[in-house]
Amino acid sequence: MTMTDFPPGLILLFGAFLLPMVGRNARSVLILGLPLLTLGLIWSVPNGSFALMSIFDYQLELVRSDPLSRLFATVFSIMAFVGGLYALNQKKVMELVAAFAYAGGAIGAVYAGDMISLFIFWEIMAVASTMVLLSVGSQFSIRVSMRYFMVHMLGGSLLLVGVLMHIHDSGSTAFTAMQPNSLGTVLILAGFLINAAAPPLSAWLSDAYSEASFSGTVFLSAFTTKTAVYVLLRGFPGAEILIFIGIFMIFYGIIYALLENDMRRILAYSIVNQVGFMVTGIGIGTEMALNGVAAHAFAHIVYKALLLMSAGSVLYMTGKRKCTDLGGLFQSMPITTICGIIGALSISAFPLTSGFISKSMIGQSAADANLMFVWFMLLAASAGVFLHAGIKFPWFVFFQKDSGLRPPDPPWNMKLAMILFSGVCIGLGIWPEYLYAMLPYTVTYEPYTVTHVVNMLQLLMFSGFAFFLMLPLMKRTLTITLDFDWFYRRIFPKIFQHTFAAIWRVDQTIRQAFLVRLDQCQNFIIQRNKGVSGLLSRTYPVGSMVAWVAVILAVYLFLSFFR
Amino acid sequence: MGTENKHWLVRPRTVYWLWRGGLLLLALLVLADFFIHAHASFEIDGSFGFYSWYGLVTCIGMVLFAKALGIFLKRKDSYYDND
Repeated sequence: MTMTDFPPGLILLFGAFLLPMVGRNARSVLILGLPLLTLGLIWSVPNGSFALMSIFDYQLELVRSDPLSRLFATVFSIMAFVGGLYALNQKKVMELVAAFAYAGGAIGAVYAGDMISLFIFWEIMAVASTMVLLSVGSQFSIRVSMRYFMVHMLGGSLLLVGVLMHIHDSGSTAFTAMQPNSLGTVLILAGFLINAAAPPLSAWLSDAYSEASFSGTVFLSAFTTKTAVYVLLRGFPGAEILIFIGIFMIFYGIIYALLENDMRRILAYSIVNQVGFMVTGIGIGTEMALNGVAAHAFAHIVYKALLLMSAGSVLYMTGKRKCTDLGGLFQSMPITTICGIIGALSISAFPLTSGFISKSMIGQSAADANLMFVWFMLLAASAGVFLHAGIKFPWFVFFQKDSGLRPPDPPWNMKLAMILFSGVCIGLGIWPEYLYAMLPYTVTYEPYTVTHVVNMLQLLMFSGFAFFLMLPLMKRTLTITLDFDWFYRRIFPKIFQHTFAAIWRVDQTIRQAFLVRLDQCQNFIIQRNKGVSGLLSRTYPVGSMVAWVAVILAVYLFLSFFR
Repeated sequence: MGTENKHWLVRPRTVYWLWRGGLLLLALLVLADFFIHAHASFEIDGSFGFYSWYGLVTCIGMVLFAKALGIFLKRKDSYYDND
C-alpha cells in the first residue's frame, strides 16, 4: 500500500479519537497539526483513482483525486484547521472529537468515487454532526439533536434505497453524473437535497445550527450543506429542476432572515440562501456555471465561518444571542466588528472580496445561457443578500442602539482565526487567479471590468439605502417565524396525539363491553347451576370416579391392539 | 449620557454627515452610468440607472413581503418552549 492509497479523510476521522487521550498541550498540537497533515496528503495525491477494493461483487473506490474533489477537500481541511484554532478554548473535548470526525467524514465523502463508500461517509457525517450538537449537553440540545438526526436519517434512508436501486439498474457502483429519470436516481437526488437544506425540509438547518455551542456552529456551517453541493455538482449537473429549487431557497433564506431576531439564526437562513445560489448554478449546468458553483462553495465556507465566528465571539463574551439584547458592541469589540463586517461584505459580493469573484460567475452563466428570468432573480437576490446578511447582521449586533454591553474582544486564538479568514476573504477577492486555477474547468471569466464593478456597487449601495429607509419596519421583536418544522414539532405530534387518543377510547369501549358480556355469561352459568342440586355443586361418590378410570383404561388397552 | 460621552461614531453630528455622505455617494454612483459602457445581456439592464433602481425597488419589495408574511407566521419566541 502506497501513500496515495490512504484516503485523506481517515487522518481526521481516526485522529479525532486521539484528542481525548492526550493532555491539553498535545491536544492543541493535534488540533492544529492533523488538518495540515491532511492538506499535505491532499496535495501530494496526483489525479487518478486509488484505494480500490471490492466487497462481495461491488467495486469500491475510496480515493478519486481530481480538481473538483481536491478543491472541496482543500477548503474542508483549511476549515478544520481554522475552526480548530477558534475552538481551542472549547472545554468540551467531545465537541472537538465529533467535529474532527465530521470533517474527516466530509473529506472522505468528496473523495468517494463509488456510491457505497459515499453512503458510508455520508452517514458518518450525520452521526458526527449530531454529536457536535449533543455535546452542548442541555435537555434542550438533546431534543434539537434528535430532530436533526431524524431528518438526516430520513435523507440517508432515501439515499440508501436510491443507491441500491441505481446499482441494480446500472450494474455499476460508480458515482458519476446522472439524470433524475428513474426512481433510483430521483431518490438519490432527494437524499442529496435534504442535506442541502432544500424545501420542504429546510428548517432543520436553522433549528439545529443556532443551538450548537459558539464553536460548534462554525463547524456545522461548513460541511453538511457543502458536501451536498459537491455531490449535486458531481451527480446532477444541468438537472433543470435544480434551478427552481435553488431560486426558491435563495428567497426563502432572505425572507426568513429578514424576520429573524436570533443572530445565528439570521446567518443560518443565509446559508440556505447561499446554497440556493449554488443549487441554481448546478441546474444551469454550463462549464462556467459549474466553475462558479465550485468557486462560490469555497468562498462561502470561508466567509460564512468568519461570520459565525464573529457571532460566536459575541455569544462567548456576552452569553447573548438575540438582536433585541445586543447593539453598540463595536465600541469594545473592534476586531470582532471589523472581521464580521469583512465577512458581511464578502457574502454580499462587494468588489475586492471573495464573494464578488465567485458569485458573479453564476450570474454571468445565467445571462450567457439566455435565462432572463433566472438572471433577474439572481440579481434581486444579490441585492437581498446585502440586505439580510450584509447589513442586517452587523447593524443589529454591533451598532443600532447602545445595549450598554462593553465586552472585550475574545481570546487571542479566536481573534487569530477570524483575522486569518478575513485575510482569505480579501486575498481571494484581490487575487482570484489562485482560486480560478483550482477550478474543474478552464476559466475565461474576468470579474474586474469597470462596468461590472460600478454596476455591482450601484446595486449594493441602493439596497443598503433601502435598508436604512425601511429601518422602522425592521425593528426587532421577540418573535420567531413559523417554518416547516412546525409540521413535525406541532401539527404532526398533535395529530398523532389525537389519533391515538381516539384509538385508545375505541379500544377502551370495546374492552369494557367485552368484560361486561363476560361477566354476564359467568353470572348466567352460575345462576343456572347454583344450589345443592346444580351441576357444579353436586357431590359425586369416589366409587363412580374409580369406575370411570377403569373404563378409560379399558378403552386404552383395547385401542393398543390396533397398532 | 451626554453627547460628548458617546463614541464619536454615534454622535448625532457624525450620523448627520454620514447620511449626507451616503446620499452624495448614491448620486455619484447613478451619474457614473453616463461614463461607463454598459454590457447589456438583456435590453433593460443596459438602460440608465437600472442597477440603482432595481436594487432599491427589489429590496423594498422583499422587506414588505417579509413584513406581510410575518403577520401570519410570527409567534412569540417562547412558542415551542413547552413542547
